[in-house]
Amino acid sequence: MRWEQGANARPAVMEKNVTQEYLSLRERTQARDRSLRDKVMTLEEACDFVADGEHVSLGGSTASRTPFAMVWALIRARKKNLSFSRSIVSTEGDLIFASGIGNHILTSWFSQGIVWGVSRVMRHFTENRLARFEEWSHMSIGLRFRAGAMGVPFMPMRSMMGSDVAGQLDNLEEMTCPFTGEKILLVPALNPDVALIHVQRCDPYGNAQLDGLTFMDIDMAMAANRVIITTERIISNDQIRRRPDQTRIPFFTVDAVVEAPYGCAPHECFGVYEPLFSHMDYYAELTRKEPMQGVKTYLDEYCYAPKSWTEYLNLIGLDKLLDAARRGRSIYDD
Amino acid sequence: MTIETKDFTASELLCVMSARALEDGQVVFAGVGIPLLAATLAQRLHAPGVTILFEGGTIGPHVVPGQLPPTTNEQRCTRKANMLVSITEVLLLLQRGYVDVGFMGGAQIDQYGNLNSSFIGSADDPSVRLPGTGGGNDISSLTRMIVAMPQEKRRFVENVDFITSPGYIRGGTSRRDSGLIAGGMYRVVTDLAILGFDEETGRMRVEALHPGVTPEKVQENTGFELIMDSSVGTTELPTEEELAALRHLDPDKIYTA
Repeated sequence: MRWEQGANARPAVMEKNVTQEYLSLRERTQARDRSLRDKVMTLEEACDFVADGEHVSLGGSTASRTPFAMVWALIRARKKNLSFSRSIVSTEGDLIFASGIGNHILTSWFSQGIVWGVSRVMRHFTENRLARFEEWSHMSIGLRFRAGAMGVPFMPMRSMMGSDVAGQLDNLEEMTCPFTGEKILLVPALNPDVALIHVQRCDPYGNAQLDGLTFMDIDMAMAANRVIITTERIISNDQIRRRPDQTRIPFFTVDAVVEAPYGCAPHECFGVYEPLFSHMDYYAELTRKEPMQGVKTYLDEYCYAPKSWTEYLNLIGLDKLLDAARRGRSIYDD
Repeated sequence: MTIETKDFTASELLCVMSARALEDGQVVFAGVGIPLLAATLAQRLHAPGVTILFEGGTIGPHVVPGQLPPTTNEQRCTRKANMLVSITEVLLLLQRGYVDVGFMGGAQIDQYGNLNSSFIGSADDPSVRLPGTGGGNDISSLTRMIVAMPQEKRRFVENVDFITSPGYIRGGTSRRDSGLIAGGMYRVVTDLAILGFDEETGRMRVEALHPGVTPEKVQENTGFELIMDSSVGTTELPTEEELAALRHLDPDKIYTA
Protein backbone atom coordinates (compact mmCIF):
# COMPACT_ATOMS: atom_id res chain seq x y z
CA MET A 1 0.00 0.00 0.00
CA ARG A 2 1.36 3.35 -0.99
CA TRP A 3 0.64 4.86 2.38
CA GLU A 4 2.76 2.22 4.09
CA GLN A 5 5.48 2.49 1.50
CA GLY A 6 5.68 6.22 2.20
CA ALA A 7 5.56 5.76 5.96
CA ASN A 8 8.61 3.50 5.79
CA ALA A 9 10.67 6.21 4.16
CA ARG A 10 12.29 7.62 7.27
CA PRO A 11 13.98 11.00 7.06
CA ALA A 12 17.75 11.20 7.01
CA VAL A 13 17.73 14.01 9.56
CA MET A 14 15.83 13.72 12.83
CA GLU A 15 12.54 15.51 13.18
CA LYS A 16 12.72 18.59 15.36
CA ASN A 17 9.67 19.01 17.56
CA VAL A 18 8.35 22.50 16.93
CA THR A 19 5.02 22.02 18.68
CA GLN A 20 5.36 23.35 22.18
CA GLU A 21 3.59 22.49 25.38
CA TYR A 22 0.96 25.18 26.04
CA LEU A 23 1.99 26.45 29.47
CA SER A 24 5.68 26.65 28.53
CA LEU A 25 4.71 28.48 25.33
CA ARG A 26 2.72 30.97 27.41
CA GLU A 27 5.51 31.33 29.95
CA ARG A 28 7.98 32.19 27.22
CA THR A 29 5.57 34.82 25.92
CA GLN A 30 4.85 36.22 29.39
CA ALA A 31 8.58 36.47 30.09
CA ARG A 32 9.17 38.69 27.07
CA ASP A 33 9.49 42.46 27.56
CA ARG A 34 6.25 43.50 25.87
CA SER A 35 6.58 47.21 26.62
CA LEU A 36 6.56 49.96 23.98
CA ARG A 37 10.32 50.44 23.61
CA ASP A 38 12.91 51.21 20.95
CA LYS A 39 14.22 48.02 19.32
CA VAL A 40 16.23 49.46 16.44
CA MET A 41 19.55 47.71 15.84
CA THR A 42 21.88 46.51 13.10
CA LEU A 43 21.65 43.26 11.15
CA GLU A 44 24.68 41.99 13.07
CA GLU A 45 23.13 42.81 16.45
CA ALA A 46 19.85 41.15 15.44
CA CYS A 47 21.76 37.90 14.83
CA ASP A 48 22.03 37.58 18.62
CA PHE A 49 18.30 36.85 18.71
CA VAL A 50 18.93 33.57 16.84
CA ALA A 51 20.73 30.84 18.80
CA ASP A 52 22.39 27.81 17.20
CA GLY A 53 20.03 24.86 16.92
CA GLU A 54 16.83 26.91 16.87
CA HIS A 55 13.89 26.76 14.47
CA VAL A 56 13.62 29.84 12.27
CA SER A 57 10.57 30.71 10.14
CA LEU A 58 10.98 32.94 7.12
CA GLY A 59 8.29 35.37 5.96
CA GLY A 60 7.26 35.98 2.37
CA SER A 61 6.94 33.29 -0.29
CA THR A 62 9.20 32.16 -3.14
CA ALA A 63 10.85 35.33 -4.48
CA SER A 64 8.59 37.76 -2.63
CA ARG A 65 9.37 39.65 0.59
CA THR A 66 12.10 37.14 1.39
CA PRO A 67 13.98 38.34 4.51
CA PHE A 68 17.16 38.06 2.47
CA ALA A 69 19.25 40.58 4.40
CA MET A 70 18.64 38.75 7.69
CA VAL A 71 19.37 35.30 6.19
CA TRP A 72 22.52 36.85 4.67
CA ALA A 73 23.52 38.13 8.12
CA LEU A 74 22.93 34.72 9.76
CA ILE A 75 25.15 33.09 7.13
CA ARG A 76 27.90 35.66 7.80
CA ALA A 77 27.49 35.10 11.55
CA ARG A 78 28.24 31.38 10.84
CA LYS A 79 25.21 30.13 12.76
CA LYS A 80 24.92 26.36 13.19
CA ASN A 81 22.27 23.61 13.18
CA LEU A 82 19.35 25.89 12.49
CA SER A 83 16.17 24.42 11.05
CA PHE A 84 13.89 26.52 8.88
CA SER A 85 10.31 26.71 7.69
CA ARG A 86 8.71 28.81 4.96
CA SER A 87 5.61 28.55 2.78
CA ILE A 88 7.74 28.19 -0.38
CA VAL A 89 11.54 28.28 -0.45
CA SER A 90 13.60 29.84 -3.25
CA THR A 91 17.34 30.54 -3.48
CA GLU A 92 17.67 31.40 0.21
CA GLY A 93 17.20 27.65 0.78
CA ASP A 94 20.18 26.87 -1.45
CA LEU A 95 22.29 29.35 0.52
CA ILE A 96 21.13 27.96 3.88
CA PHE A 97 22.18 24.42 2.92
CA ALA A 98 25.38 25.40 1.13
CA SER A 99 26.62 27.76 3.87
CA GLY A 100 26.02 25.07 6.50
CA ILE A 101 23.88 27.20 8.83
CA GLY A 102 21.01 24.71 8.53
CA ASN A 103 20.38 21.23 7.18
CA HIS A 104 16.62 20.99 7.58
CA ILE A 105 13.97 23.01 5.74
CA LEU A 106 10.24 22.49 6.13
CA THR A 107 8.36 23.81 3.10
CA SER A 108 5.88 22.96 0.34
CA TRP A 109 8.06 23.79 -2.68
CA PHE A 110 11.79 24.34 -3.05
CA SER A 111 13.57 25.82 -6.11
CA GLN A 112 14.33 29.33 -7.35
CA GLY A 113 11.10 29.51 -9.39
CA ILE A 114 9.47 27.33 -12.05
CA VAL A 115 10.96 29.28 -14.97
CA TRP A 116 14.49 28.47 -13.73
CA GLY A 117 13.85 24.73 -13.33
CA VAL A 118 14.69 22.46 -10.41
CA SER A 119 17.40 23.74 -8.03
CA ARG A 120 20.59 21.72 -8.56
CA VAL A 121 21.82 22.77 -5.14
CA MET A 122 18.65 21.49 -3.42
CA ARG A 123 19.01 18.27 -5.43
CA HIS A 124 22.65 17.82 -4.38
CA PHE A 125 21.86 18.18 -0.68
CA THR A 126 18.66 16.13 -0.61
CA GLU A 127 19.64 13.33 -3.01
CA ASN A 128 22.92 12.81 -1.14
CA ARG A 129 21.10 12.95 2.22
CA LEU A 130 23.22 15.84 3.40
CA ALA A 131 20.14 17.81 4.33
CA ARG A 132 16.41 17.32 4.67
CA PHE A 133 13.64 18.98 2.68
CA GLU A 134 10.58 18.14 4.77
CA GLU A 135 7.63 18.47 2.41
CA TRP A 136 4.17 19.53 3.64
CA SER A 137 1.22 20.78 1.60
CA HIS A 138 1.05 24.54 1.32
CA MET A 139 -2.20 24.85 3.28
CA SER A 140 -1.01 22.53 6.03
CA ILE A 141 1.96 24.84 6.69
CA GLY A 142 -0.41 27.81 6.82
CA LEU A 143 -2.68 26.02 9.27
CA ARG A 144 0.29 24.96 11.40
CA PHE A 145 1.30 28.62 11.79
CA ARG A 146 -2.34 29.52 12.42
CA ALA A 147 -2.64 26.93 15.19
CA GLY A 148 0.60 28.33 16.62
CA ALA A 149 -0.85 31.85 16.45
CA MET A 150 -4.10 30.73 18.09
CA GLY A 151 -2.45 28.95 21.02
CA VAL A 152 -4.09 25.63 20.14
CA PRO A 153 -2.13 22.39 19.59
CA PHE A 154 -3.46 21.48 16.12
CA MET A 155 -5.82 22.37 13.28
CA PRO A 156 -8.16 20.02 11.42
CA MET A 157 -8.06 20.01 7.62
CA ARG A 158 -9.33 18.07 4.61
CA SER A 159 -6.39 17.82 2.19
CA MET A 160 -3.22 15.63 2.18
CA MET A 161 -5.12 12.47 3.18
CA GLY A 162 -4.43 9.50 0.89
CA SER A 163 -1.26 11.08 -0.52
CA ASP A 164 2.36 10.06 -0.08
CA VAL A 165 3.10 13.61 1.17
CA ALA A 166 1.19 12.66 4.33
CA GLY A 167 2.68 9.16 4.26
CA GLN A 168 6.19 10.65 4.59
CA LEU A 169 5.34 12.58 7.75
CA ASP A 170 5.17 11.19 11.24
CA ASN A 171 3.62 14.09 13.13
CA LEU A 172 0.16 13.89 11.59
CA GLU A 173 -2.99 12.24 12.89
CA GLU A 174 -6.20 11.22 11.19
CA MET A 175 -9.33 11.28 13.29
CA THR A 176 -13.03 10.70 12.93
CA CYS A 177 -14.92 13.95 13.46
CA PRO A 178 -16.98 13.56 16.66
CA PHE A 179 -19.80 15.65 15.15
CA THR A 180 -20.11 14.35 11.57
CA GLY A 181 -18.24 11.05 11.52
CA GLU A 182 -16.08 12.28 8.62
CA LYS A 183 -12.40 11.45 8.33
CA ILE A 184 -10.27 14.53 9.04
CA LEU A 185 -6.54 15.24 9.28
CA LEU A 186 -4.95 17.02 12.24
CA VAL A 187 -1.76 19.03 11.74
CA PRO A 188 0.29 20.18 14.74
CA ALA A 189 0.90 23.81 15.69
CA LEU A 190 4.17 25.33 14.56
CA ASN A 191 5.61 27.83 17.05
CA PRO A 192 9.03 28.80 15.71
CA ASP A 193 11.74 30.02 18.05
CA VAL A 194 12.25 33.01 15.76
CA ALA A 195 10.45 34.51 12.76
CA LEU A 196 12.30 36.72 10.26
CA ILE A 197 9.91 39.04 8.42
CA HIS A 198 10.67 41.84 5.96
CA VAL A 199 8.17 44.71 5.62
CA GLN A 200 7.82 48.01 3.78
CA ARG A 201 7.46 50.16 6.93
CA CYS A 202 7.96 49.73 10.66
CA ASP A 203 8.33 52.07 13.62
CA PRO A 204 11.19 51.78 16.17
CA TYR A 205 8.91 49.78 18.50
CA GLY A 206 8.08 47.09 15.94
CA ASN A 207 4.67 48.17 14.66
CA ALA A 208 4.98 46.75 11.16
CA GLN A 209 2.97 47.73 8.11
CA LEU A 210 2.79 45.42 5.10
CA ASP A 211 1.65 46.28 1.59
CA GLY A 212 0.36 43.73 -0.87
CA LEU A 213 0.44 40.00 -0.31
CA THR A 214 0.83 39.04 3.35
CA PHE A 215 1.54 35.32 2.68
CA MET A 216 1.70 33.58 6.12
CA ASP A 217 3.53 36.42 7.87
CA ILE A 218 0.85 37.58 10.30
CA ASP A 219 0.16 34.11 11.73
CA MET A 220 3.92 33.46 11.74
CA ALA A 221 4.60 36.60 13.81
CA MET A 222 1.88 35.68 16.32
CA ALA A 223 3.10 32.07 16.54
CA ALA A 224 6.80 32.82 17.02
CA ASN A 225 8.58 33.16 20.36
CA ARG A 226 10.70 35.97 18.91
CA VAL A 227 10.34 38.18 15.81
CA ILE A 228 13.01 40.08 13.91
CA ILE A 229 11.58 42.69 11.55
CA THR A 230 13.72 44.04 8.73
CA THR A 231 12.17 47.02 7.01
CA GLU A 232 12.65 49.12 3.89
CA ARG A 233 12.35 52.18 6.12
CA ILE A 234 11.75 53.07 9.73
CA ILE A 235 8.88 55.49 10.25
CA SER A 236 7.80 57.33 13.38
CA ASN A 237 5.25 56.00 15.84
CA ASP A 238 3.19 59.12 14.99
CA GLN A 239 2.95 57.89 11.40
CA ILE A 240 1.79 54.50 12.65
CA ARG A 241 -0.89 56.12 14.83
CA ARG A 242 -2.25 58.09 11.85
CA ARG A 243 -3.10 54.80 10.05
CA PRO A 244 -3.29 52.07 12.69
CA ASP A 245 -5.52 50.06 10.33
CA GLN A 246 -2.43 49.50 8.18
CA THR A 247 -0.44 47.91 11.02
CA ARG A 248 -0.37 44.14 10.55
CA ILE A 249 2.13 43.05 13.20
CA PRO A 250 1.84 44.60 16.69
CA PHE A 251 4.94 45.86 18.49
CA PHE A 252 4.74 43.47 21.46
CA THR A 253 5.39 40.46 19.22
CA VAL A 254 8.58 42.05 17.89
CA ASP A 255 12.06 41.89 19.45
CA ALA A 256 14.29 43.59 16.89
CA VAL A 257 13.81 46.20 14.16
CA VAL A 258 16.47 46.59 11.48
CA GLU A 259 16.38 49.11 8.65
CA ALA A 260 17.50 47.20 5.55
CA PRO A 261 16.74 48.99 2.29
CA TYR A 262 16.40 46.55 -0.60
CA GLY A 263 16.37 43.95 2.15
CA CYS A 264 14.78 41.30 -0.12
CA ALA A 265 17.23 41.71 -3.01
CA PRO A 266 17.53 39.85 -5.34
CA HIS A 267 13.90 39.03 -4.53
CA GLU A 268 10.85 41.29 -4.55
CA CYS A 269 9.33 43.72 -2.06
CA PHE A 270 5.75 44.56 -3.10
CA GLY A 271 5.38 48.05 -4.53
CA VAL A 272 9.04 48.90 -3.90
CA TYR A 273 10.97 46.63 -6.27
CA GLU A 274 10.30 43.57 -8.41
CA PRO A 275 12.71 40.60 -8.48
CA LEU A 276 16.13 41.35 -9.95
CA PHE A 277 15.58 38.92 -12.80
CA SER A 278 18.99 39.25 -14.44
CA HIS A 279 20.73 38.52 -11.13
CA MET A 280 18.48 35.48 -10.64
CA ASP A 281 19.32 34.33 -14.18
CA TYR A 282 23.00 34.73 -13.29
CA TYR A 283 22.59 32.61 -10.15
CA ALA A 284 20.69 29.89 -12.06
CA GLU A 285 23.41 29.76 -14.72
CA LEU A 286 26.18 29.71 -12.10
CA THR A 287 24.66 26.69 -10.32
CA ARG A 288 23.39 24.78 -13.36
CA LYS A 289 26.45 22.73 -14.37
CA GLU A 290 28.53 22.66 -11.20
CA PRO A 291 25.98 23.32 -8.46
CA MET A 292 28.32 23.08 -5.48
CA GLN A 293 31.16 25.05 -7.05
CA GLY A 294 28.64 27.60 -8.32
CA VAL A 295 26.92 28.17 -5.01
CA LYS A 296 30.28 28.34 -3.21
CA THR A 297 31.45 31.01 -5.62
CA TYR A 298 28.20 32.87 -5.07
CA LEU A 299 28.50 32.70 -1.28
CA ASP A 300 32.10 33.91 -1.38
CA GLU A 301 31.33 36.73 -3.75
CA TYR A 302 27.99 37.95 -2.39
CA CYS A 303 27.77 36.79 1.26
CA TYR A 304 31.27 36.67 2.75
CA ALA A 305 33.21 39.27 0.73
CA PRO A 306 31.09 42.42 1.16
CA LYS A 307 31.74 44.41 4.32
CA SER A 308 28.14 45.55 4.67
CA TRP A 309 24.64 45.17 3.21
CA THR A 310 25.29 48.39 1.29
CA GLU A 311 28.39 46.86 -0.25
CA TYR A 312 26.36 43.77 -1.17
CA LEU A 313 23.84 45.99 -2.96
CA ASN A 314 26.72 47.76 -4.66
CA LEU A 315 27.97 44.40 -5.96
CA ILE A 316 24.54 43.57 -7.35
CA GLY A 317 24.67 46.89 -9.15
CA LEU A 318 22.87 50.21 -9.16
CA ASP A 319 21.50 49.66 -12.68
CA LYS A 320 19.79 46.42 -11.63
CA LEU A 321 18.41 47.94 -8.43
CA LEU A 322 17.03 50.97 -10.25
CA ASP A 323 15.44 48.81 -12.92
CA ALA A 324 13.82 46.59 -10.25
CA ALA A 325 12.63 49.68 -8.35
CA ARG A 326 11.12 51.20 -11.50
CA ARG A 327 9.23 47.97 -12.19
CA GLY A 328 8.27 47.64 -8.52
CA ARG A 329 6.78 51.12 -8.18
CA SER A 330 5.03 50.86 -11.56
CA ILE A 331 2.04 49.07 -10.02
CA TYR A 332 1.04 52.41 -8.51
CA ASP A 333 1.30 54.22 -11.87
CA ASP A 334 -1.86 52.93 -13.61
CA MET B 1 -3.84 21.74 -41.91
CA THR B 2 -2.66 19.36 -39.21
CA ILE B 3 -0.71 20.04 -36.04
CA GLU B 4 2.40 18.82 -37.89
CA THR B 5 2.36 22.08 -39.86
CA LYS B 6 3.97 23.78 -36.86
CA ASP B 7 1.99 26.97 -37.18
CA PHE B 8 2.10 26.95 -33.41
CA THR B 9 4.21 25.31 -30.74
CA ALA B 10 3.05 22.34 -28.66
CA SER B 11 2.89 24.68 -25.64
CA GLU B 12 0.69 27.10 -27.55
CA LEU B 13 -1.66 24.27 -28.51
CA LEU B 14 -1.73 23.12 -24.90
CA CYS B 15 -2.49 26.64 -23.74
CA VAL B 16 -5.35 27.22 -26.20
CA MET B 17 -6.95 23.84 -25.51
CA SER B 18 -6.66 24.42 -21.75
CA ALA B 19 -8.21 27.87 -22.02
CA ARG B 20 -11.18 26.34 -23.88
CA ALA B 21 -11.75 23.93 -20.98
CA LEU B 22 -12.72 26.88 -18.75
CA GLU B 23 -16.25 28.28 -18.75
CA ASP B 24 -17.35 31.88 -18.28
CA GLY B 25 -18.27 32.68 -14.70
CA GLN B 26 -16.15 29.98 -13.12
CA VAL B 27 -13.86 30.51 -10.15
CA VAL B 28 -10.54 29.00 -11.20
CA PHE B 29 -7.60 28.32 -8.89
CA ALA B 30 -4.65 28.54 -11.30
CA GLY B 31 -1.12 27.28 -10.77
CA VAL B 32 1.98 28.80 -12.31
CA GLY B 33 2.97 28.24 -15.95
CA ILE B 34 0.47 27.12 -18.60
CA PRO B 35 -2.54 27.26 -16.18
CA LEU B 36 -1.83 30.90 -15.26
CA LEU B 37 -1.47 31.79 -18.93
CA ALA B 38 -4.45 29.72 -20.13
CA ALA B 39 -6.79 31.15 -17.48
CA THR B 40 -5.69 34.66 -18.49
CA LEU B 41 -6.24 33.74 -22.14
CA ALA B 42 -9.75 32.45 -21.38
CA GLN B 43 -10.53 35.83 -19.73
CA ARG B 44 -9.59 37.57 -22.97
CA LEU B 45 -11.57 35.24 -25.24
CA HIS B 46 -14.74 33.32 -24.43
CA ALA B 47 -14.74 33.67 -20.65
CA PRO B 48 -14.26 37.31 -19.55
CA GLY B 49 -16.06 36.49 -16.31
CA VAL B 50 -13.56 33.87 -15.14
CA THR B 51 -12.34 34.73 -11.64
CA ILE B 52 -8.75 33.64 -11.11
CA LEU B 53 -7.37 32.75 -7.71
CA PHE B 54 -3.60 32.59 -7.24
CA GLU B 55 -1.92 30.72 -4.43
CA GLY B 56 -0.01 33.81 -3.28
CA GLY B 57 -3.33 35.22 -2.04
CA THR B 58 -4.88 37.00 -5.04
CA ILE B 59 -8.60 37.05 -5.81
CA GLY B 60 -9.70 38.02 -9.32
CA PRO B 61 -6.57 39.48 -10.99
CA HIS B 62 -6.02 40.35 -14.66
CA VAL B 63 -2.38 39.69 -15.55
CA VAL B 64 -0.83 42.40 -17.73
CA PRO B 65 0.25 41.22 -21.22
CA GLY B 66 4.02 40.86 -21.46
CA GLN B 67 4.37 40.96 -17.66
CA LEU B 68 3.72 37.34 -16.80
CA PRO B 69 4.73 36.47 -13.25
CA PRO B 70 7.42 33.80 -12.78
CA THR B 71 5.54 32.37 -9.79
CA THR B 72 2.06 32.94 -8.35
CA ASN B 73 3.47 34.99 -5.48
CA GLU B 74 4.79 38.16 -7.13
CA GLN B 75 3.13 41.57 -7.34
CA ARG B 76 2.57 40.88 -11.04
CA CYS B 77 -0.07 38.38 -9.90
CA THR B 78 -2.05 41.09 -8.14
CA ARG B 79 -2.77 43.44 -11.06
CA LYS B 80 -6.39 44.59 -11.28
CA ALA B 81 -7.33 42.12 -8.54
CA ASN B 82 -10.40 42.47 -6.35
CA MET B 83 -8.75 41.44 -3.12
CA LEU B 84 -5.50 40.26 -1.62
CA VAL B 85 -5.58 37.77 1.24
CA SER B 86 -3.07 35.51 2.96
CA ILE B 87 -1.96 32.21 1.43
CA THR B 88 -3.86 30.31 4.11
CA GLU B 89 -7.09 32.23 3.40
CA VAL B 90 -6.95 31.71 -0.36
CA LEU B 91 -6.29 27.98 0.06
CA LEU B 92 -9.15 27.74 2.57
CA LEU B 93 -11.50 28.99 -0.17
CA LEU B 94 -10.88 25.61 -1.84
CA GLN B 95 -11.82 23.78 1.33
CA ARG B 96 -14.91 25.94 1.87
CA GLY B 97 -16.09 25.09 -1.67
CA TYR B 98 -15.91 28.43 -3.49
CA VAL B 99 -13.78 27.10 -6.35
CA ASP B 100 -15.13 25.47 -9.54
CA VAL B 101 -11.86 24.36 -11.10
CA GLY B 102 -8.34 23.74 -9.86
CA PHE B 103 -6.00 24.18 -12.80
CA MET B 104 -2.43 22.87 -12.64
CA GLY B 105 0.53 21.65 -14.66
CA GLY B 106 2.06 18.26 -14.00
CA ALA B 107 5.47 16.57 -14.15
CA GLN B 108 4.22 12.95 -13.97
CA ILE B 109 0.66 11.53 -13.98
CA ASP B 110 -0.73 8.02 -13.78
CA GLN B 111 -3.78 6.01 -14.92
CA TYR B 112 -5.81 7.29 -11.93
CA GLY B 113 -4.81 10.92 -12.40
CA ASN B 114 -2.40 10.98 -9.46
CA LEU B 115 0.31 13.60 -9.92
CA ASN B 116 3.93 13.37 -8.82
CA SER B 117 6.06 16.47 -8.40
CA SER B 118 8.18 15.22 -5.48
CA PHE B 119 10.47 12.29 -6.35
CA ILE B 120 11.62 10.42 -9.46
CA GLY B 121 12.47 6.96 -8.16
CA SER B 122 11.76 5.98 -4.57
CA ALA B 123 11.33 8.59 -1.88
CA ASP B 124 14.04 6.80 0.14
CA ASP B 125 16.66 7.07 -2.55
CA PRO B 126 15.37 9.24 -5.38
CA SER B 127 17.18 9.67 -8.68
CA VAL B 128 15.73 13.20 -8.76
CA ARG B 129 14.32 15.28 -5.94
CA LEU B 130 11.67 17.49 -7.55
CA PRO B 131 10.49 20.82 -6.06
CA GLY B 132 7.44 19.35 -4.30
CA THR B 133 3.72 19.95 -3.95
CA GLY B 134 3.35 23.66 -3.35
CA GLY B 135 -0.43 24.03 -3.29
CA GLY B 136 -0.91 21.10 -5.68
CA ASN B 137 -1.86 18.61 -3.00
CA ASP B 138 -4.42 20.98 -1.47
CA ILE B 139 -5.92 21.96 -4.82
CA SER B 140 -6.29 18.38 -6.07
CA SER B 141 -7.60 17.19 -2.70
CA LEU B 142 -10.28 19.85 -2.48
CA THR B 143 -11.72 20.67 -5.91
CA ARG B 144 -12.44 19.46 -9.44
CA MET B 145 -9.18 19.43 -11.37
CA ILE B 146 -7.98 20.25 -14.85
CA VAL B 147 -4.34 19.38 -15.51
CA ALA B 148 -2.37 20.73 -18.51
CA MET B 149 0.78 18.84 -19.51
CA PRO B 150 2.59 17.50 -22.57
CA GLN B 151 1.76 13.89 -23.39
CA GLU B 152 4.91 11.76 -23.26
CA LYS B 153 5.38 8.15 -22.23
CA ARG B 154 7.80 9.06 -19.43
CA ARG B 155 5.26 11.51 -17.99
CA PHE B 156 2.17 9.26 -18.38
CA VAL B 157 3.08 6.25 -16.26
CA GLU B 158 0.98 3.37 -14.96
CA ASN B 159 1.55 4.30 -11.31
CA VAL B 160 3.42 7.41 -10.22
CA ASP B 161 6.52 6.93 -8.07
CA PHE B 162 4.98 9.13 -5.38
CA ILE B 163 1.47 10.56 -5.02
CA THR B 164 2.10 14.25 -4.42
CA SER B 165 -1.34 15.44 -5.57
CA PRO B 166 -4.06 12.81 -5.38
CA GLY B 167 -6.29 11.87 -8.30
CA TYR B 168 -8.39 8.74 -7.80
CA ILE B 169 -5.48 7.17 -5.82
CA ARG B 170 -5.88 3.43 -6.56
CA GLY B 171 -9.17 3.78 -8.42
CA GLY B 172 -12.65 2.71 -7.43
CA THR B 173 -13.69 4.29 -4.15
CA SER B 174 -10.13 4.66 -2.79
CA ARG B 175 -10.13 8.47 -3.04
CA ARG B 176 -13.33 8.81 -1.04
CA ASP B 177 -12.22 6.10 1.39
CA SER B 178 -9.04 8.07 2.09
CA GLY B 179 -11.15 10.95 3.38
CA LEU B 180 -11.14 13.04 0.19
CA ILE B 181 -14.90 13.26 -0.19
CA ALA B 182 -15.03 16.27 -2.56
CA GLY B 183 -13.44 17.11 -5.90
CA GLY B 184 -11.35 14.86 -8.12
CA MET B 185 -9.67 14.73 -11.50
CA TYR B 186 -11.88 16.04 -14.29
CA ARG B 187 -9.74 16.66 -17.37
CA VAL B 188 -6.14 16.27 -18.49
CA VAL B 189 -5.40 18.55 -21.43
CA THR B 190 -2.35 17.54 -23.47
CA ASP B 191 -0.80 18.50 -26.78
CA LEU B 192 -2.37 15.35 -28.29
CA ALA B 193 -5.79 14.94 -26.69
CA ILE B 194 -8.35 15.82 -24.05
CA LEU B 195 -8.51 13.10 -21.42
CA GLY B 196 -11.11 12.39 -18.75
CA PHE B 197 -11.75 9.66 -16.18
CA ASP B 198 -14.13 6.70 -15.98
CA GLU B 199 -16.64 7.32 -13.19
CA GLU B 200 -16.56 3.73 -11.89
CA THR B 201 -12.90 2.76 -12.05
CA GLY B 202 -11.27 6.22 -11.93
CA ARG B 203 -9.08 5.25 -14.92
CA MET B 204 -8.02 7.68 -17.63
CA ARG B 205 -10.14 7.86 -20.77
CA VAL B 206 -9.73 9.70 -24.08
CA GLU B 207 -12.45 12.34 -24.48
CA ALA B 208 -11.26 13.91 -27.76
CA LEU B 209 -8.24 13.90 -30.07
CA HIS B 210 -6.60 17.02 -31.42
CA PRO B 211 -6.72 17.46 -35.24
CA GLY B 212 -4.32 15.14 -37.07
CA VAL B 213 -3.70 12.97 -33.99
CA THR B 214 -4.50 9.26 -34.35
CA PRO B 215 -5.71 7.04 -31.49
CA GLU B 216 -2.48 5.04 -31.95
CA LYS B 217 -0.33 8.09 -31.45
CA VAL B 218 -2.04 8.97 -28.15
CA GLN B 219 -1.65 5.38 -26.93
CA GLU B 220 2.01 5.28 -28.03
CA ASN B 221 2.72 8.33 -25.91
CA THR B 222 1.09 6.83 -22.83
CA GLY B 223 2.69 4.31 -20.46
CA PHE B 224 -0.58 2.48 -19.68
CA GLU B 225 -3.69 1.43 -21.56
CA LEU B 226 -6.13 4.28 -22.12
CA ILE B 227 -9.87 3.76 -22.26
CA MET B 228 -10.77 4.85 -25.79
CA ASP B 229 -14.10 4.74 -27.58
CA SER B 230 -13.89 4.07 -31.34
CA SER B 231 -16.20 7.04 -31.95
CA VAL B 232 -14.00 9.51 -30.03
CA GLY B 233 -14.34 13.05 -31.40
CA THR B 234 -11.84 15.64 -32.58
CA THR B 235 -11.14 19.12 -31.21
CA GLU B 236 -10.99 22.27 -33.37
CA LEU B 237 -7.60 23.71 -34.36
CA PRO B 238 -6.49 26.84 -32.52
CA THR B 239 -7.91 29.85 -34.33
CA GLU B 240 -5.91 32.88 -35.44
CA GLU B 241 -7.76 34.93 -32.83
CA GLU B 242 -6.76 32.53 -30.06
CA LEU B 243 -3.12 32.41 -31.14
CA ALA B 244 -2.93 36.19 -31.55
CA ALA B 245 -4.34 36.75 -28.07
CA LEU B 246 -1.94 34.20 -26.62
CA ARG B 247 1.11 35.74 -28.30
CA HIS B 248 0.03 39.17 -27.10
CA LEU B 249 0.01 37.82 -23.52
CA ASP B 250 3.34 35.98 -23.76
CA PRO B 251 5.43 37.85 -26.35
CA ASP B 252 8.68 36.65 -24.79
CA LYS B 253 7.47 33.04 -24.84
CA ILE B 254 8.16 32.54 -21.14
CA TYR B 255 5.57 29.76 -20.98
CA THR B 256 4.93 28.94 -24.67
CA ALA B 257 8.39 28.34 -26.17
